[in-house]
Amino acid sequence: MGPAAGHGRWGEPLSGGVIGGLLVPGQPHPLLVPQHHVGYGRLRAAFGEARERIRALAPDLLLLYSTQWVSVIGHQIQADPAPTWTHVDQEWHALGDLPYSFRMDAAFAAAYQQAATARGLHARTVSFHGFPIDTGTIVALKLLDPDNAIPACVVSCNMYADRAETIVLGKAAADALRHSGKRAVAVAVSALSNRLLVEPYDPTKERISSLKDDEWNRKLLEILSKGRLEDVCQLAREFTAQANGDMRLKALWWLAAAMGQHNNYQGELLGYESLWGTGGAIALLRPTATAAAGQEFDEEDVEQFRGERSVLSGGAPAPPAPAAAPLIAPPRAPSPTVSTSTAPAPMGAYPHARRVGDLLYLSGIGPRQPGTDAIPGGPVRDAQGRPQQYDAAAQTRAVIENVTAVLHAAGASLEKVLDVTAFLIDMERDFAAYNAVYSEYFKDIHATRTTLEVSALPTPIAVEFKVIASAV
Amino acid sequence: MTDSANGRIVAGLLAPHPPHLVYGDNPPQNEPRSEGGWEVLRWGYERVRQSLATRPFDVIIVHSPHWRTVVGTHLLGVPRFQGLSVDPVFPNLFRYHYDITVDVPLAEAICAAAQEEGLLATMMRNPHFRVDYGTITSAHLTNPAWDKPIVGMSSSGSFFYFSDDYGQDEMIALGRATRKAVEASGRKAVLLASNSLSHRHFTQEPPVPEDMSFEHIYHHGQYLWDMRVLRLMKEGKTRQLVDEMPDFIEQSVSEAKAGCLTWLLSALQFPTYPAAVHAYGTVIGTGNAIVEWDPQRATGAGVSP
Repeated sequence: MGPAAGHGRWGEPLSGGVIGGLLVPGQPHPLLVPQHHVGYGRLRAAFGEARERIRALAPDLLLLYSTQWVSVIGHQIQADPAPTWTHVDQEWHALGDLPYSFRMDAAFAAAYQQAATARGLHARTVSFHGFPIDTGTIVALKLLDPDNAIPACVVSCNMYADRAETIVLGKAAADALRHSGKRAVAVAVSALSNRLLVEPYDPTKERISSLKDDEWNRKLLEILSKGRLEDVCQLAREFTAQANGDMRLKALWWLAAAMGQHNNYQGELLGYESLWGTGGAIALLRPTATAAAGQEFDEEDVEQFRGERSVLSGGAPAPPAPAAAPLIAPPRAPSPTVSTSTAPAPMGAYPHARRVGDLLYLSGIGPRQPGTDAIPGGPVRDAQGRPQQYDAAAQTRAVIENVTAVLHAAGASLEKVLDVTAFLIDMERDFAAYNAVYSEYFKDIHATRTTLEVSALPTPIAVEFKVIASAV
Repeated sequence: MTDSANGRIVAGLLAPHPPHLVYGDNPPQNEPRSEGGWEVLRWGYERVRQSLATRPFDVIIVHSPHWRTVVGTHLLGVPRFQGLSVDPVFPNLFRYHYDITVDVPLAEAICAAAQEEGLLATMMRNPHFRVDYGTITSAHLTNPAWDKPIVGMSSSGSFFYFSDDYGQDEMIALGRATRKAVEASGRKAVLLASNSLSHRHFTQEPPVPEDMSFEHIYHHGQYLWDMRVLRLMKEGKTRQLVDEMPDFIEQSVSEAKAGCLTWLLSALQFPTYPAAVHAYGTVIGTGNAIVEWDPQRATGAGVSP
């Protein structure tokens, strides 16, 4: 088990993260009528196999993204700790009821919402009696964890979200897991090809809706079973164009971003069947140290959500009036300065950061806490100017957290740091502690660094950083 | 009550279902409370209710975009539904306690007529089914007393799976079937097409949802399309409107893609008389109009589809 939720602060190198990924279908047949078709029964058995693999991993959390929970206002995260209802599917009402009573991790839902907001997303938690939990989530949770042994968290699929927004949502999940120290199995609830048969339900006629859809499903699963999740994500747009991917396969973008966006997984296909024409697959992904072959990442990565893209001005035909359609909103020019409430308020007339070309110049940043100005590890002197005992390591950690917050607000991350100038007020006393914490964060970043001793800093702090980072 | 020789459609309404309008009205059935909002649209529904008060009717038939099905059209087939409807998109605005009576015989007649038209149609018999919030919202705003039964119809996914043109053909057939069943039933029916017009939402909500300083159309192109569609309705050019519907759907992301409006116009036999536009307004960026067709204003021959 990882540390309890709330332990630590954003960016601290805690042990939380995604320890396994799953793709599962959300159609209810394997749950409600496994006896109707041999394929439904096989998928039911594959769900059981996945359940055993999950238990062997002993996660703290099941983290779900369901394409059947569609949202419009940003993303919604279920925060009712014990949602209970009897759901009936809009399409498959004749197959039976779906009663449920789940155990949700409301604290993690709040942490996820906070992490998503920090990355520029619009996100909110929902906790209302009778909120309609979607069929896909119900199917996944009832078959993967029928005893509610593992708390769950579910996030919605925004109907307008593009790849960039969905990737940022996945990265926010990883942020929240790091912050909470929780070890999660991430579950993408999604069909592959998503064309239901449009004919009266008769299980004896079950089949993938077309040979083309079937071939695309099998090709995608062949790649996925080799652990090449990022390669699959790069294929998602083409897959959707060819085989009507379920919600454009956004669930796989989310899964990949939550798991680190690479191909270093051990993949295993537990089942693939048709579910009234749609492609239903259960695939398991475990992180490994060995990269799969054939990595070729074409599409840009993105750290911060910068607003939705226009769907009406980009390629949509003109409206019927003689005048051409104007842009919904002009593209947002990058702001030359960055100020954020997630970092301590400036002490003077300066922004937190300024972008010039591809570089971000950060103002000097200390350890004060945003909102309260409290100094982790204590101030170096009291209000009367008397020296105080303080913890240089805690101050250094808080400085790096604040630098990270400013970089996030600017659409960058700590990994983008190029150069650090560190100011200490007592080199002899504090250098070792400062240097040890610095190493935790920066040992793989390879930023250049200069450390100086100064006689004083503007507030009673012992450490301050001046940072230059790449904005791209 | 009914006269099997005299069944007819007494009114057809474009009756959109933003839950914001119920939220703004603060009816006792809805849990959240508001300071109002979206008054122009709510006043439009007031005018609809005043108009319907002069014309007795037996049943309201609702075609809802938010009962989404793919395997054909489904119809509510249980006499009474009671429960709590929570909007999955706006749960902060709509948590509505409903008690709905269904005209099951008429629903069955429409289902049978649709099947005769060659459509895939089925009855929904599960008593635990939760009625969708689109049906509830449109029916509530049209008849808040809930003193008439409804027929609830799903939005079939042909539009989404094949093409808008194919979906149009199915909805035209469903409209014919509905009219035929209503006429045979002896019922006086009000038909509700529960869809908005242009349908691109904002993806953020103001802190006070009813803050009207936030409300405007998402995109000017949507507004131009909406005005064009309303002009065609007012001029009685509904066949032209149906012809242009696929373009309207594509270019304004219209919720008419759910098929409700085409179904309604077909059931009304493509009115050539003017529609009454009771209101137009936006809800979180989408274009919504409340429009009424009164078949009494039909001028006579030459209107059959």
